[in-house]
This record gives sequence, structure tokens and C-alpha cells, in this order.
Amino acid sequence: MDDWMKIISAIALVLMLIYLVPRAKMMMQASAEVENKDWKGALIPILFVVLFVVFLISTV
Amino acid sequence: MNPNTVFTGAAVTAEVRNKVLRDTYKLLSITLFFSAIMAAVSMAIAMPPIMSLVCSIGALLLVWFVLPKTAHSSTGIFVVFGFTGLLGLGLGPMLSSYLAIPGGSQIIMTAMGGTGAIFLGLSGYALMTKKDFSFLSGMLFAGFIVVLVAALANIFFQIPALSLAISGAVILIMSGFILVDTSRIVNGGETNYIMATAGLYLAIYNIFVSLLQILGIFNNED
Repeated sequence: MDDWMKIISAIALVLMLIYLVPRAKMMMQASAEVENKDWKGALIPILFVVLFVVFLISTV
Repeated sequence: MNPNTVFTGAAVTAEVRNKVLRDTYKLLSITLFFSAIMAAVSMAIAMPPIMSLVCSIGALLLVWFVLPKTAHSSTGIFVVFGFTGLLGLGLGPMLSSYLAIPGGSQIIMTAMGGTGAIFLGLSGYALMTKKDFSFLSGMLFAGFIVVLVAALANIFFQIPALSLAISGAVILIMSGFILVDTSRIVNGGETNYIMATAGLYLAIYNIFVSLLQILGIFNNED
């Protein structure tokens, strides 16, 4: 990557962070208020995704 | 089609939820097809890599600043096509570089099929279980911020292991967002199919790009 492309990418990422950090804080507060947190129900499909990606890696 | 499905009463009825879901999947499939066409156009005209960056920044600006203001009118549909088209154009140089390496076309097809399977599996799971995954959104957003900071550092350090870790983390985070977004539609938390489409599209796009990078890295190591 050229130096100036690195700089433009870095500026874009910094602007993304500036835009997203306040929203992340709001989302975290909203999530904390949810009562029924079915972690098992969320982690099982994510675990399948991990296994599936490992399988895809083994095929290339 | 009215982007805001109108409903009366306090609760969103099953009929409304099904309509939002149907419209979301319809718009999502059309925009994915449109993106693929734009990526093909970008490859055909051999668009330079800098344009990829410009298109991605343009797409982000549309998603953040224009889409929220237009999602409640039919103009929102044009904005969705605008940002998905730009992201498709931005993919062109990356796809061209993969096609230039041995086995590149297989990597692209595997990433495409893998992304489709991940999306269908997760979305199907959220649809069938009807569980509320909204509690994940805060953690996923925080994780995404950490990934952005790591990506920022890696622009300058260029550490291959960190690139791999970032791509892996993006796949997990975006998989979580598919669960959250689909469950929001199923449970009546999202009644605007344009916003729902934008969220799901971005998750699919990021999974595809990250999967492409992971498969590319492991292909190089062989």
C-alpha cells in the first residue's frame, strides 16, 4: 500500500472511531438493560461458524 | 412499497413481521446481485485500488448520514442501491488481485459460498428459535471498536498474524450482528425493511471480505 493510501485509510478509520464510539456506549447501556440473556443460545451458532471457517480453510 | 410497514395497536403483528422479513430478504437479494454486477464492471474497467478506498468511504458516508434521513421514504431504496453499488465497485480491485494468483478463483468461490452458508444458517437459526439476541449488540459494537483500533495499528505495522486475527474477529462480530438484526425483525424491533437490509448487507459484505482474506492468507502458506 502506498504511504498516502495508508494515511487516507488511517484518517477514515479514525473518523469511523469518532463516529462509532458514542454509539457503542449507548448500545452497551441498552444491552445491559435486557433481562433475558441467552448466552448459550447465541454462542452455539457462533461456535458452528468458527468450525465452518476452519473447515473452509482446510479445503483451500 | 412503503419502507415503513404501517401497523396499528401496541404490538407488531405476525403479519407485519412477515412482511418486513419478506421485503428485507427481497431487497437484500436484489442489492447483493447489484453489487456483484458493479464488482464485475469494476473488474472489467480495471479500476485502480485507490478508487476502492474512495468508494468505501463514499458508501460509509451514505450509510451514516444519508440513509437514516431517507430510510422512511422511497428515496431510501435509491440510497441502499447507491451504497451497495459503491461497495460492489470497491470490491473489484480486490477480486482482480485474487484472480491473478494461482487458485484465486477457487478462493473467491469458496468465500462466496461460505458467506452464503453462514448467513443462511444464522438467519435461519434466529428465525426458527425466535430468540431475542438484542443483548449481544453492545458487546458486538464494543468488539467492533477494538477491531477498528487494531486495524488502524495494522495499517502501519503490517503484521500478518494481526491481519488474520482481525479478519477472524470481524467474521465472529458480523455473525453476531446477523443474529441480532434477524431477531430484531422477528421480534418486531425493526419495522423498516430498508434499515434492516442495510444492516444485513453490511454484515454479509464484511464476512465475505474477511473470509476472502483468511482463505487468501492460508492459500499463500501452502
